Amino acid sequence: MKSIAFNLNGAGVTIEVEPDKPLLWVLRDDLGLTGTKYGCGMAICGCCTVHVEGDAIRSCVTPIARVTGKRVITIEGLSNDLRHPVQRAWVDLQVPQCGYCQPGQMMSAACLLAQNPNPTDTDIDDAMSGNLCRCGTYQRIRKAIHRAAEMTAKQGARE
Amino acid sequence: MNRRSTLLIVAPWHLLILLCALATICLFIRINTHGATPLKQDADRAKAIKAFNAAYSVFMHPRCVNCHPAGNAPLRGEDSQPHAGLRLRRGIDGQGVSVLKCTNCHQSENQPGDHLPPGAPNIRRDGSLELTTPRWHLPPANTPMIFQGRTPSQLCRQLKDPKQNGGLTGDQLVHHVANDPLVLWGWNPGQGRTTPPLNHDQFVTSVKEWLENGGACPD
Repeated sequence: MKSIAFNLNGAGVTIEVEPDKPLLWVLRDDLGLTGTKYGCGMAICGCCTVHVEGDAIRSCVTPIARVTGKRVITIEGLSNDLRHPVQRAWVDLQVPQCGYCQPGQMMSAACLLAQNPNPTDTDIDDAMSGNLCRCGTYQRIRKAIHRAAEMTAKQGARE
Repeated sequence: MNRRSTLLIVAPWHLLILLCALATICLFIRINTHGATPLKQDADRAKAIKAFNAAYSVFMHPRCVNCHPAGNAPLRGEDSQPHAGLRLRRGIDGQGVSVLKCTNCHQSENQPGDHLPPGAPNIRRDGSLELTTPRWHLPPANTPMIFQGRTPSQLCRQLKDPKQNGGLTGDQLVHHVANDPLVLWGWNPGQGRTTPPLNHDQFVTSVKEWLENGGACPD
């Protein structure tokens, strides 16, 4: 066991844990944040995507020791009032079907928009190619990312 | 015949023998000075090419080629296929782009089990390892160091050219193949992956021998 300290959704966290325990299971089992989902456990499907220092990493294969001293954002921390453009666009367009993969989809979408505020269809298809959806909601996901980009641009214009 | 006439008759023969001896000495000196260098150069060249060809068998192994691709995206597996479904790109620094950076999946050590992402630890500038920080990337866009599809001659010239090899001197190239965690990973690739045909020591020795013998390249 080792004491690991990091910043989780804006607040400091210190936890006694095996350093090779995957971040996903620390979030879900030790810290009770069950928004991040277990999909394949092999970094293939993208269900478990969270942000570490702004990058969209796969928490199912990330040892907790890697995030020592780092900033981690989960789906619960994307915003505390559902005001993040990705959350609003997802609700507006009713993107999910079963919904299981959607936290990972939204975290990847937020990462894309943070780096590319006005992505093309190709940019979106490229960036989201690591997030699988068995319900096939890809068209709505792409549309929602465009919508979130528009919301961000309008918000920026007002400010 | 008196003594004087005997000397007149013998002297030209002595002179001829003397000239022959001088010519032989000159020929001997020429062979052992000017003639020896090309022979030694030929021997060094042969040693260098033999050593490079041995190292080439490692450079062209999937563990090396997969991160030194001809295209703009990494490869995977024993048959050097693209990452299925993922639209990966090299990016300017070789670390991937946007949502799909290499270290989003690859960690600082291999994940246990077949088909799980391999990993290696990062190395600091002082040579020490960062054991919890992953190091997984392609060469950067401005010096992509392509191995895939290169002939021995092409790869040899590329490796020696600082404009194409990331500015490495010969010593730095040896240091890279001897110490970089990503190179060392090739011999500890995790479950379900083959290793190169030489062991790591043999590989480093081959690279050293190639350079120490003049770094000649195959035709």
